[in-house]
Amino acid sequence: MTNTIGCIEKADVILITGSNTTENHPVLSSFVKRAVTRKGTKLIVIDPRRIKITRYADKWLRPNLGSDVAWINGMMHVIIKEELYARQYVESRTVGFDEVKAVVEKYTPDYVEAITGIAAQDIIDGARLYAGAARGSILYCMGITQHTTGTDNVKSLANLAMLCGNLGIEGGGVNPLRGQNNVQGACDMGSLPDVYTGYQKVIDPAARQKMAAAWGVDELPDKPGLKVTQMIPAAYEGKLKALYIIGENPLVSDPDLNHCEASFKKLDFLVVQDLFLTETSRTADVVLPSACWAEKNGTFANTERRVQRVRKAVNPPGEAKSDWQIICEIATRMGYPMTYESSRQIMEEIAQVTPSYAGITYDRIEHEGIHWPCPTPEHPGTPILHREQFSSGKGVFNGIEYIPPAEHADEDYPMYLTTGRLLFQYHTGTMTMRTKGLNEIAPECFVEIAPQDARKYEVQEGAFVDIASRRGSIRARIKVSRKAVAGTIFIPFHYAQAAANRLTNAALDPISGIPEYKVCAVKLSKAA
Amino acid sequence: MPEQNIIVINGNEFSFELGDTILEVARRNSIDVPTLCHLKGTTPTGACRVCVVEVEGARSLVASCATPAAAGMVVRTESTKVIAARRMVLQLLLSSGNHNCAVSGSAGQNWTEFQLKVQQEEQSAELCPVWGDCKLQDLAFRYQVTAERFSPSQTPYPMETVNPFIVRDFSRCIQCGRCVQACNEVQVNQAIHYGYRGTATKIIAAGDRPYIESDCVFCGECVQVCPVGALVEKDARYRVRPWETKKIHTTCTYCGVGCQLYLHVKDNEVVKVSGVPDVAPNYGSLCVKGRFSYNFINSPDRLTTPLIKENGQFREASWEEALDLVARRLGEIKAEYGPDSIGVLASARITNEENYIAQKFTRAVLQTNSVDHCARL
Repeated sequence: MTNTIGCIEKADVILITGSNTTENHPVLSSFVKRAVTRKGTKLIVIDPRRIKITRYADKWLRPNLGSDVAWINGMMHVIIKEELYARQYVESRTVGFDEVKAVVEKYTPDYVEAITGIAAQDIIDGARLYAGAARGSILYCMGITQHTTGTDNVKSLANLAMLCGNLGIEGGGVNPLRGQNNVQGACDMGSLPDVYTGYQKVIDPAARQKMAAAWGVDELPDKPGLKVTQMIPAAYEGKLKALYIIGENPLVSDPDLNHCEASFKKLDFLVVQDLFLTETSRTADVVLPSACWAEKNGTFANTERRVQRVRKAVNPPGEAKSDWQIICEIATRMGYPMTYESSRQIMEEIAQVTPSYAGITYDRIEHEGIHWPCPTPEHPGTPILHREQFSSGKGVFNGIEYIPPAEHADEDYPMYLTTGRLLFQYHTGTMTMRTKGLNEIAPECFVEIAPQDARKYEVQEGAFVDIASRRGSIRARIKVSRKAVAGTIFIPFHYAQAAANRLTNAALDPISGIPEYKVCAVKLSKAA
Repeated sequence: MPEQNIIVINGNEFSFELGDTILEVARRNSIDVPTLCHLKGTTPTGACRVCVVEVEGARSLVASCATPAAAGMVVRTESTKVIAARRMVLQLLLSSGNHNCAVSGSAGQNWTEFQLKVQQEEQSAELCPVWGDCKLQDLAFRYQVTAERFSPSQTPYPMETVNPFIVRDFSRCIQCGRCVQACNEVQVNQAIHYGYRGTATKIIAAGDRPYIESDCVFCGECVQVCPVGALVEKDARYRVRPWETKKIHTTCTYCGVGCQLYLHVKDNEVVKVSGVPDVAPNYGSLCVKGRFSYNFINSPDRLTTPLIKENGQFREASWEEALDLVARRLGEIKAEYGPDSIGVLASARITNEENYIAQKFTRAVLQTNSVDHCARL
């Protein structure tokens, strides 16, 4: 997030898109609901599903799946045409306005209606509502990113926010809601194939040299490695021989699971470090038992870049160990001694090699976390990014054209499928499915379908149906719901027994490598 | 004029901001005015009358939580009149329902009878499930009152135990309305409200149906704010007493909001979770997963020893053997096919320190940049 969670309540208008906020970020959603119900903040929701947060919206726009760039360009078209944009901000703090202006010229409300299914007048009203407020906050989640145009979608939202002068101010921002406790931290720490900690690039010789010196090695590899969504195909092609997986369950969470399973079978060696025997660790050659979060010390960075303490409350079961201890022991055995006294000592090393974490110590975050960048021990942290200027100087507008999703509904696969999470389960369920109460409330997979589709296919509530895509098929019960839009079904991806990811498309965003989980074509038939 | 923003409490002058309540000014200056129904950040209801104070010139005692401070106001927070009023309020509350802690009174003849009745209803031989963790009990002790002054009244409403997470015990509800405020003004789930009227008043969900059939999302905010034993975590009820546990402040392990929570630990087991009040980013709020989904920690399914697969079957192995095998195989594959034939998936679920070590290992030891995690998935 460019801004903080607390900042949400300071906005005059909130735009939520591609985020089922009440189910996936329940506590954060209450900041939105409080703003709306108690402070009169306006709320625009742009989402194909009638998710709960739409109840609080002044304006709910219902786009066709994967048409985000089009409605964002449409809003910008209206804002520029009606001169509602922050002219002074655009002139003094950004570059590339003319480029974006030229691109959005053709995205008239009518043109956008034809692509997105959102009525032209709603595009106009939404644009006026967002641009008319002094402080506008954009919240988005995987409904924006998990597309073949995910990067384009995010850049388009940044365009919209810059156009209205909403970056670098309290109550504004472009705010991705991170779905996992430490996805921000994993990125910050360089668990990415192209960067070290703090996003220092591996292709930068100076960064490479610095890290090599800090780590006491002669040299470090200079070309970016494979992303997770490239590793799986590389395994299939026989180029990737060994995989070491720590605390992940790709054989439920990855797209196109049938292909993923086939790829895993081709590995020469698979090590999985986990709390449980999962769908993934079951296929491993060696399984190493990890301590869980309640059994170790450390830090997580939350979605607002706040680095917070994790503290050991109980002892791990049996011989389970912290993940860092296990890795260090393997490294030592491979001829590179890695020994640390504690997680605190590791954080001291992180601070030494990471400018944005340089001022963060356990002592400073004892009571409350600090937002990076925090470059020195005296620095208070940075709750709001891009205040005086953008980290790269001027904010850059990118003119972006709409590109349709990779897969279309057709005669053979006439419906669309979109996937996501439920309030009462978490990811692949290895943790939440061990809570009896959650399983009572959300026991099994289901196919959320609009009432008109249920009539069309003559399927009743609770009946089993088969859902098939070009890649696989699953069987699950029908749940008729007004949340669903006609022509599109929703399936939660939590359940291994009827894994939605057997259906999903592994088509990737060319830059981020994210799969298009949110759109694929399927067909539905009554279970035999 | 600065004098205009001065209020006198217990003989001392304090400044205030326009809109501050008497309670806020008092608390800010470490004057302990007791409250029951007051819930920070929500609209004051003045429902319980425990926070009454004496204001010079006012005809009656005023609720400090709902009365704005005014220039020149002279307030007494523990005068004889105030104490008498609080004692009366507490006596009435104690006599309304199954407040079967020792402060309820022991001199009366029906004490044994009352205890037996409650124990039968509860099917538990123990005293109230929140004994030692109850604001009403604390206040009864502070003001030295028992329930004996008024004849006991009983709720007509049976206990609700049909949902998996929260027990609603109307016999211990004092109708302070904190749960209603928490649900409507803090979490804004708008699932519970006041229902019925007068002595029949009840806190209801969805036209008086069980939580499970209402809009309730089991965030448990109502449990966290309940000052008595009316709303208690089902799994912790009678099983966890506050003096048996220690609280560890940590960060939630589910979504990216990073809620600050306490793990309540008893005998090396997490037995309850609560939100850390007044600390960002969540200021005490949690969701159903953060508050109630901790059973996995102590699950019998947890892996406790390394496993090595032989002929398609796992067998238990020592750390020495497993780590030697992993190091040897990774070394062999690196030597035979090159560093880029190995990939590492670190995790958005593990700590920063562990991610740091994982990518350092991948880059410095395996000599490849093929390290990633589940950010995209």
